[in-house]
Amino acid sequence: MSDKKNWPLWEVFIRSKQGLHHKHVGSLHAPDAEMAIENARDVYTRRMEGVSIWVIESAHVHASSPDEKDCMYDPANDKIYRHPTFYDIPDEVGHM
Amino acid sequence: MGDNALILGQRLGEWCGHGPVLEEDIALTNIALDLIGQARMVYQKVGALENGARTEDDVAFLRDANEFYNVLLVEMENGDFAHTIARQFYFSAFQVPFLERLAGSSDEFLRDFAFKSIKEARYHLKHATQWVLRLGDGTSESHDRMQLAINTLWEYTGELFMTDDVDLEMASLTGIHLEDIHQMWLTHVRQTLEEATLDMPDESTWMQSGGKQGVHTEHLGYILTDMQWLQRAYPGAEW
Repeated sequence: MSDKKNWPLWEVFIRSKQGLHHKHVGSLHAPDAEMAIENARDVYTRRMEGVSIWVIESAHVHASSPDEKDCMYDPANDKIYRHPTFYDIPDEVGHM
Repeated sequence: MGDNALILGQRLGEWCGHGPVLEEDIALTNIALDLIGQARMVYQKVGALENGARTEDDVAFLRDANEFYNVLLVEMENGDFAHTIARQFYFSAFQVPFLERLAGSSDEFLRDFAFKSIKEARYHLKHATQWVLRLGDGTSESHDRMQLAINTLWEYTGELFMTDDVDLEMASLTGIHLEDIHQMWLTHVRQTLEEATLDMPDESTWMQSGGKQGVHTEHLGYILTDMQWLQRAYPGAEW
């Protein structure tokens, strides 16, 4: 840890139950990964919210730029054919 | 068991709103709530054994210091964060092997109590151990403070393993001998301190005692004043 005064920020992901994916729930400070998991347990699973915890140092998250949202997302607006809503699903397949 | 849990829980509760960081504030009070839950189980059992003559609240709030039988260790002041961690480390390192043995008891209550509490105690020990490692093997200041806390509280650890008449009766009922627990405790403490680059205190040093017989330090009176004043001032008050 280079900065001894300020602990790094960690992003916390909790799996609420087996079979579901981990979902971002918030962030916290901790000196290292192991303590981040312990802190996440204490801060985010007090009310039985989860069965598994991931933490990742926030500095390692790379985000898209809000300034680019027009060119990033608008082009998808008029391509409705990308939704799989134009297919007839046989009854035998059941719920998809 | 109940008094150890209640008094340590009350002590940890003093950190509420005063933790060094928000995350640790929550961690310490989580541990406090686990311990108070353990105390409640014991006190409810006391009430049941007395056929309801006393409630769990009576047991907690209407006894004086000389009727509490917790070890002196758990009534020690919070001090700095290192002292709080050292106290927790020493206590949880005792509680884990003790409860693991108690889980094999033939008594249903003791078994239930152990099964519920052991999971909590294992987390408390993990938490405290992680902090001993980080503070001991951290900066020179954190190392010195952790060493000071380990040394200062050392003389209160012997009482955990001193066998009195109650412990003898427990040994005959459950097969738990505090000497065995002591060896497991020593192993964990020694390994952790070594890894944390901390010195093990002198094992042959003189040890404090008295708590198990109801003879306490001046600290317990202050704890009980804080904890009991409402029930003392307004008997039977509820919310």
